[in-house]
Amino acid sequence: MKSLAELEAIRKATLNRINLRTEDDSEATRVVVGMATCGIAAGARPVMLSFMDEINKRQLSNVTVSQTGCIGMCRLEPMVDVIVPGKEKVTYVHVKPEMVPRIVAEHVVNGRPVAEYTIGAAENE
Amino acid sequence: MDIYRAHVLVCGGTGCSSSGSATLIERFNEQIAAHGLDKEVKVIRTGCFGLCEAGPVVIVYPDGTFYSHVKAEDVDEIVSEHLLKGRKVEHLVYVEHATHEQNAEKKLDDINFYKHQHRIALRNCGVIDPENIDEYLAMDGYKALEKALTTMTREEVIDEVLKSGLRGRGGGGFPTGLKWKFTYQSQADQKYVACNADEGDPGAFMDRSILEGDPHAIIEAMAIAGYAIGASQGYIYVRAEYPIAVKRLSIAIDQAREYGLLGENIFETGFNFDLNIRLGAGAFVCGEETALMHSIEGKRGEPTARPPFPAVKGLFEKPTMLNNVETYANVAQIILHGADWYAAMGTEKSKGTKVFALGGKINNTGLVEIEMGTPLRKIIYDIGGGCPNGKKFKAVQTGGPSGGCLPESLLDTPVDYDNLIAAGSMMGSGGMIVMDEDNCMVDIARFYLDFIVDESCGKCAPCRIGTKRMKEILDRIVEGKGEEGDIEKLEALAETIKATALCGLGNTAPNPVLSTLKFFRDEYEAHIYEKRCPAHHCRSLLQFKIDPAKCKGCTACARACPADAITGTVKQPHVIDVKKCLKCGSCMEKCRFGAISRE
Repeated sequence: MKSLAELEAIRKATLNRINLRTEDDSEATRVVVGMATCGIAAGARPVMLSFMDEINKRQLSNVTVSQTGCIGMCRLEPMVDVIVPGKEKVTYVHVKPEMVPRIVAEHVVNGRPVAEYTIGAAENE
Repeated sequence: MDIYRAHVLVCGGTGCSSSGSATLIERFNEQIAAHGLDKEVKVIRTGCFGLCEAGPVVIVYPDGTFYSHVKAEDVDEIVSEHLLKGRKVEHLVYVEHATHEQNAEKKLDDINFYKHQHRIALRNCGVIDPENIDEYLAMDGYKALEKALTTMTREEVIDEVLKSGLRGRGGGGFPTGLKWKFTYQSQADQKYVACNADEGDPGAFMDRSILEGDPHAIIEAMAIAGYAIGASQGYIYVRAEYPIAVKRLSIAIDQAREYGLLGENIFETGFNFDLNIRLGAGAFVCGEETALMHSIEGKRGEPTARPPFPAVKGLFEKPTMLNNVETYANVAQIILHGADWYAAMGTEKSKGTKVFALGGKINNTGLVEIEMGTPLRKIIYDIGGGCPNGKKFKAVQTGGPSGGCLPESLLDTPVDYDNLIAAGSMMGSGGMIVMDEDNCMVDIARFYLDFIVDESCGKCAPCRIGTKRMKEILDRIVEGKGEEGDIEKLEALAETIKATALCGLGNTAPNPVLSTLKFFRDEYEAHIYEKRCPAHHCRSLLQFKIDPAKCKGCTACARACPADAITGTVKQPHVIDVKKCLKCGSCMEKCRFGAISRE
């Protein structure tokens, strides 16, 4: 027997889990990981898994993780785009799993891109 | 409860299951594990997506990529390309019938078949896992029950249903709220709620899909109904021929009991309600309400005269409220969003939406839910994609064996209960069978009558004997032995059966004949007076002929003929022996010179 509060908790948790199926994803933040051969070889899979771990841990709704192919800058892989609706796309390069918690905490949750990990910072070096 | 980055939804409805979706699910799980993706990608078996023609159907989220006609060997490619590398498999993506467009970026809602639909009863079908109560809860499941039990009085619930304008979706179209009110007003120590899931009309499968795809919606609605009328026990009478529906319903009932959504003292409001499944006895007439209740009681499934209506004296002699599956599927949404929201959709006397099962000579065979008042033309052409192979549309049969056939000239009729009846057919449970120029309307009428003759329970003479006599006349007509006066005999029999049969089955049994007589009388007359079938369908009236001027004597037809009815020497015109000819048409298919014709 579940109480009303327990039912509501199940609703919320399950919705988090299945909301990527709702057609309207215009509100969702998208994390797109480059997963072509170059990306995978450079270690994109552990990076993607850490994104999912982090999102799971924080029970974030409205965030989807998806994959994309090679965009031609293989030397900068693993590359990750974070697209917050209504904001410009931010591209992170040479992403390592240990960088992921910071990207999620600062950018995905609080809307402040981590400047030092971005492609702009890498190109200025 | 983990979050996955991608969900692979595989249709587990009856249509896709029979075209092999169960093996797809196995293969997906196998391949996903082999690529080490099992922590990232989840495979879910859902209910029916509706577009059965394209089955088995697979949708990959978050992209919303719609794959159709997926075979087991395609799974490897979807996993290694789309799921592993994020590259959509273009050549497996659904192709639009009208435009032949194959666009991997197109979302489900942009596809013609779905674009014009408005899904309320089917809202969760193809979206959630029907065997997982949590997913139903996430889609606001059991919120309506909570709202009704904790914030509304029984009268308010009934009032809301009444005001919504919801009418019985099983065919009768009786206002649902009134039924609830009458049962509420009956005084008794015990009342019952029942669900009619004995879907029997040829071609109709919406109730099956709702039970398979969203069983909790029915449980929730029946609990609300139980609260409103004061019943503590419900029965779902479902066809034994629907094994997947029965299984998912049983799982759903167990889960609801476990969560305390069925049972005693629900939400600590003191309201008790439980549900049991009863399997159908396998006869069409058991879908008739009095017969259905006798069958639940364990008696022979035969109708009895009304009154007394079930609202006064139903199951076990107690007041009983019986609604159809699709009717129930609307109830929770009405309670949740209010009567005004529901009543804003549809026409003056038919509110909300209706599910139709498209079948016959139509491109997009499947299940569609549209707002009441949508013209037939839009359903058949915009959603259904028209007749295949460029054939000309002839008629659409609605309402099952109790309905009728409507011709091209009535295609602009907005679909609702009253318009369909005025046009000479009826809503029925929502079967919609499309016929093209190759269908003979006399034969169609005979098919439906044949169904009725088989399914008549035999209790009353008009239905038992009358429909049999009608069928004998139709048999004669299609065999080319029709006589003058046959049409008048059919009409006289039809009127008598309509007026005197015991139950709805008999009262409406002559409808297919009457409606085809009304709109396609010329076809009957051609059969009877000219001994010819205008659609070239009735074999007894067909004659195959070889045009000696066109025949090159290639012998292809003679070799194709299974009855050795074609004779002739090489390079000389051949001849068909009419007496031996089986009228199978294989010679016509084989002839490359168009020398063979039928008339």
